[in-house]
Amino acid sequence: MDYILEIESLNAGYNGNVVLENINLRVRENDYIGVIGPNGGGKTTLLKVILGLLKPFSGRILFHGGSVDKTEIGYLPQMSEGDVTFPVTVLDVVLSGLMIRKSVTGRMTRRDRVHAMSVLEELGLGSMAGIPLSELSGGQRQRVFLGRAVIGSPRLLLLDEPGNFVDTGFEMGFYEKLKEFNKSMAILMVSHDVGTISSHVNSFACVNRTLHYHPSGKITNDQLKAYGCPIQLVTHGEVPHTVLQKH
Amino acid sequence: MQQILLEYSFVLRALAGALLASITAGIAGTYIVSRRMVFLSGGVTHASFGGIGLGHFAGFSPVAGAAVFGVISALGVEYLSGYHKIREDSAIGILWALGMATGIIFIYLTPGYSPNLMSYLFGSILTVTMADLVALAILSVVLIIYFTLFYRTILYLSFDEVYARTYTRYADHFKYISISLVALTIVLNIRMAGVILVLSLLTIPPNIVMLFTRVYKRVLIWSVITGFAGTISGFTISWFAGVPAGATVIFTLVVMWIICRVISGIFAVKRNNVKQKTN
Repeated sequence: MDYILEIESLNAGYNGNVVLENINLRVRENDYIGVIGPNGGGKTTLLKVILGLLKPFSGRILFHGGSVDKTEIGYLPQMSEGDVTFPVTVLDVVLSGLMIRKSVTGRMTRRDRVHAMSVLEELGLGSMAGIPLSELSGGQRQRVFLGRAVIGSPRLLLLDEPGNFVDTGFEMGFYEKLKEFNKSMAILMVSHDVGTISSHVNSFACVNRTLHYHPSGKITNDQLKAYGCPIQLVTHGEVPHTVLQKH
Repeated sequence: MQQILLEYSFVLRALAGALLASITAGIAGTYIVSRRMVFLSGGVTHASFGGIGLGHFAGFSPVAGAAVFGVISALGVEYLSGYHKIREDSAIGILWALGMATGIIFIYLTPGYSPNLMSYLFGSILTVTMADLVALAILSVVLIIYFTLFYRTILYLSFDEVYARTYTRYADHFKYISISLVALTIVLNIRMAGVILVLSLLTIPPNIVMLFTRVYKRVLIWSVITGFAGTISGFTISWFAGVPAGATVIFTLVVMWIICRVISGIFAVKRNNVKQKTN
């Protein structure tokens, strides 16, 4: 079987403190994995190691059996509300997804712009290219960041809490787009919201210092408990509710 | 006749100074305002006053002393802010006070002629020398080339550093070069606006422009133009009213900001009304 990403006995953390211990994970093409776990459990750290932003203490990360090719990875960082007033246009944000292929001057060609426009059209934001990011709603903004992540046609898409600051009404469209992208790229999606993502992902990786892989899109509270994953399933119906265990 | 020539050369020098100050402050100002580094820049400004004092005391150019102090403190704060172990605002506050204290002590320790402290604190167009103008001209050229050549790298790094680090190894290089250029911009403009007011020369123009546009390139260009308009108006008013130029320039810029704020507010209300009607 061909793996896009293989993580073998990975140990990582900050300043000598171990955050991730003996992590093993294999990602195949078209996998759609929900990375869940408690805050501080190491979900974001795992993404940072894959992206090369953090050097692991030990272990190996293989991309197609070789070294990590960053041009093949798309990334949607956790959104911070702070910088939405920054003076940048929607088109420019999407274009920054091409910087990995550019020299340090980052000159963009006409073709790049046309390419970015087609990505925006695909995401239903074609009419907003020249508009400052600050004038968009939270959901629209998240779609712009998704555009930035996929413009380079990556083989692996890493998403860090894409549901944050997003109005629920918009969410469905976002996940439908992800499903389409999933046809051509594997997706690793970090979320604390198991209930919402369980209807989209094919499998779960529960990260809480160690990693437990759950090869199905359905997961129960008992299984979470067995994995040492102290989070609760919250189901979003008409009224969001927590699925309680039998008692 | 001599009087007229003297006035003419003064006006010419003031014009050149206003233009170069607007170019440097507009570009560096856009960078610090959009990256929310105004307070940090305030710390750097006041730290550089220590260099002015040391220059006087040790007998070398105060501007050179300020440049060294300014750049070193800017690099230091930028470096420390990468590690979240320290409370950045407190560190900047301490740096701010330390620079001022050092400067004042050195100036009073300097034997003989004591320079006019006020001209450093509040600036004076009269003290701007040809050498200052040449230095400002060189800095203007460097800033224009740097921001044109690396426009996207600077824009994206300022906007989303976490993301930028996924594709470039040079994030830190650019941060350090940029903040050094900001420090030099501040230092070379101290003669014009003084330690206390120079920062507003950098921060007010982008804030005026950002009321009307949120496109980085436009903010850069229009901040220079707005700064120039404010500086020239300020100089003219100060010339005829006989009040200090630096303070008048800043005062003019603030008044411009208030007027623009009101205008943009009216436009926003109108836009909302149109939106509501179309809904």
